Amino acid sequence: MALFTYETKKDTRSGFGAGMEYLSQHNPKVVALCADLIGSLKLEGFIKNSPERFFQTGIAEANMIGISAGLTLGGFIPFATTFANFGTGRVYDQIRQSVAYSGKNVKICCSHAGLTLGEDGATHQILEDIGLMKMLPGMVVINPCDYNQTKAATIAIADYEGPVYLRFGRPVVPVFTPEDQKFEIGKALHLVEGTDVTILATGHLVWEAIQAAEALLEKGIKAEVINIHTIKPLDVQAILASVKKTGCMVTAEEHQYNGGLGDSVAQYLAMNHPTPMEFVGVNDSFGESGKPAELMEKYGLNAEAIVAKAMKVMARK
Amino acid sequence: MQTQEIQKISSQVRRDILRMVHGCQSGHPGGSLGCTDLLVDLYFSTMNLKTDAAGKVVFDMDGTNEDLFFLSNGHISPLIYSVLARRGYFPTAELASFRKIDTRLQGHPTPHEYLEGIRIASGSLGQGLSVAIGAAQAKKLNGDKSTVFCLMGDGEQNEGQVWEAAMYAPHHKVDNLIAFIDENGQQIDGPTEKVMSNRDLEAKYKAFGWNVMRMDGNNAEDIQNTLNKAKAELGKGSPIMIIMKTEMGAGVDFMMYSHKWHGVAPNDQQLQDALAQLEETLGDY
Repeated sequence: MALFTYETKKDTRSGFGAGMEYLSQHNPKVVALCADLIGSLKLEGFIKNSPERFFQTGIAEANMIGISAGLTLGGFIPFATTFANFGTGRVYDQIRQSVAYSGKNVKICCSHAGLTLGEDGATHQILEDIGLMKMLPGMVVINPCDYNQTKAATIAIADYEGPVYLRFGRPVVPVFTPEDQKFEIGKALHLVEGTDVTILATGHLVWEAIQAAEALLEKGIKAEVINIHTIKPLDVQAILASVKKTGCMVTAEEHQYNGGLGDSVAQYLAMNHPTPMEFVGVNDSFGESGKPAELMEKYGLNAEAIVAKAMKVMARK
Repeated sequence: MQTQEIQKISSQVRRDILRMVHGCQSGHPGGSLGCTDLLVDLYFSTMNLKTDAAGKVVFDMDGTNEDLFFLSNGHISPLIYSVLARRGYFPTAELASFRKIDTRLQGHPTPHEYLEGIRIASGSLGQGLSVAIGAAQAKKLNGDKSTVFCLMGDGEQNEGQVWEAAMYAPHHKVDNLIAFIDENGQQIDGPTEKVMSNRDLEAKYKAFGWNVMRMDGNNAEDIQNTLNKAKAELGKGSPIMIIMKTEMGAGVDFMMYSHKWHGVAPNDQQLQDALAQLEETLGDY
């Protein structure tokens, strides 16, 4: 039996574009910047409505981050946009000094995160960005799961005062969360109630976690699925309550083990409520070219992998 | 303001710089002394700053409807701290805490500690011009007619981000911006000509589309004249770059004409010898 259904598939970056289009009409302080990737970031709607509030930086990401920091003066809310690899790793020091340490209200919004960029290969994929951004003091890190949630998150972060990293991707994925949802930063969402194992997932892996829970249910195993759209700040109360009930956990993310959702959760639980854990993610490897689904299978980032890890961790309870 | 008045303040600021660096035995006196005349002119004469009814400067982070200054080469922090304190942004007594534990006067400036007058962190080089451009564009969006100023070092021109910003500002007609390069010819590993030659900075910025001027950064009259000339060029479609020749260590004879005092603190005797060359005009902190 399907725990969740969907009617369409859309890309999360289009959810970002829709959120930006909404902000162009509803928040005159929002400005957008892009480093020669307007089409990839789906900014056409924003630019059409508010051309004077859009800044093309050309292929110059470091300058884009600095200009964003400067634009916060006078009350503007800059959304700096590009691919996740170039918007985080390439400009880590610019984000560190001019945005995070300077306490500037800049939103770094990046598409094409993770393996699902696909054929372009490892130079354009990034599996370290969550770690890089969450290590910065004061930085909020958000990785929404579908089109609707990405749109809601985009709109919500404009109202939050402080630096935010918003991460999303290119492939079309099922749209299964409500269109009219309100996005609350740092508030985990229970998708499936269960008692045998907790599955914490973020981004594209949330849908896979739901599929895994269905497969486990067929085996008579009740998995609890929680959507951790905000990796920092982490909703530790929700996590703690769930593992106290289930006694074991699997985390799932399109990211390295190191520095991702899994290690944030492991660190918290190690200090507060040691719990058997397994991780679904990429284990100390770069990506490679291939179709998104092929890559997710090869690197073990799908429902089957989550089921296998769930069985393994339950045996360790 | 008369240039004699500015020179009087500069003498006190130079005393502050030397005493601050001596006090914690750490910091960068050479470049700070070299850029003193410019910053004193900016904060005491050229820039339109927000003040209250009594004429006292008031600080808010947004800086709307006032001129803004961004220091990109953050290692000359003792200079900006002294100028801000002497201008009235915070008590001069606080200068004694420079680079000491629990201070707002961090080794390199940061708004993280909320020090009135500081709007961006700098120290990791090459980022200030981008920030200044963003602030200038924010002013344009807000219909705010004031001007944004930015100072960079000449060694800092090695950073690639500087050239991203250099390309961007003329393309976007950021013509409410006056930037400076402190051309003292020195960087940490030696003369810029040896470490990484800038060759002809004037030709480079002109080629990118900047309105380029030159001045003697240790001559108060030339600074005032050049800044007046630059202000008359604002709003004409091009950002303005002023390449200013300075001497590291300017004002203290044994600190000039070498790179030696880039990041070295004077000992007790050296401090006394240096202070003897600079009149105390506003009272030491």
